[in-house]
Amino acid sequence: MIFRLTCKEASRLISQGMDRRLSITEKIGLRLHVGICDACTRFTSQVKFLRDALKAFPGPDDPEKR
Amino acid sequence: MLMPSESSAPTPLELERHRPYLLRFALLQLRDRSAAEDAVQDTLLAAIQSAARFAGQSSVRTWLVGILKHKVIDGIRKTSRERPPDPGSAADTGEDLDVFFADDGHFAEIPETWASPERSLEERRFFEALERCLQALPKNTATAFTMRELMGLETEEICKELGISTSNCWVMLYRARMGLRACLERTWFQPGGGSDKGERLG
Repeated sequence: MIFRLTCKEASRLISQGMDRRLSITEKIGLRLHVGICDACTRFTSQVKFLRDALKAFPGPDDPEKR
Repeated sequence: MLMPSESSAPTPLELERHRPYLLRFALLQLRDRSAAEDAVQDTLLAAIQSAARFAGQSSVRTWLVGILKHKVIDGIRKTSRERPPDPGSAADTGEDLDVFFADDGHFAEIPETWASPERSLEERRFFEALERCLQALPKNTATAFTMRELMGLETEEICKELGISTSNCWVMLYRARMGLRACLERTWFQPGGGSDKGERLG
């Protein structure tokens, strides 16, 4: 089954989805997997959080925010 | 007779105040103190020269970070020119990432639920943990990742600057994300170590 992904394959695609446009087949495969996989659901929000964290770097520090 | 641009132009002293902030930003990307200090110095000089043109639409800090990004990219180009081409980096298949998975393709260690991660972004200590986790990554991996997420560059630009193929680039970014999320889970979001011990889900 081409649509049946393992977590290993899914996490790789989740990461690549942050860097390139996924194909329709990849998107469908990913949706089917993530829909039933808690681990990959969490992985997805965690890599998105990493993006937010780097955007916010270096975070709250110096009092003057101008 | 006062031009609005004159009244909002930041003074050299005001610009100087942002130096520590800019240095942390440059250090995270360049991982080399003297290269980072050079980039920040160039940034502040350029900013002083063009302070009159500061439009005041964004904050001074945002404006400075915009200049710094260009200077940092110059710094990356300089080091990549000095670095001899690495024949070993031809095809990065990411086999080292197998350790994160069992033989059947499941996660060897299931990613845990992170307790209100967005609140971490308000904590200075979180960013220190993030810096430590980035430093623990292989240098090229961290460089590619910060180029992507800190500098906001597209994959094609990163590949070009680092002299690697697009697929190697994707593997590197994947390696960085796997490593960082595992490291942050261990060192910051520790499910058993914090106050939220009781709310762990089965």
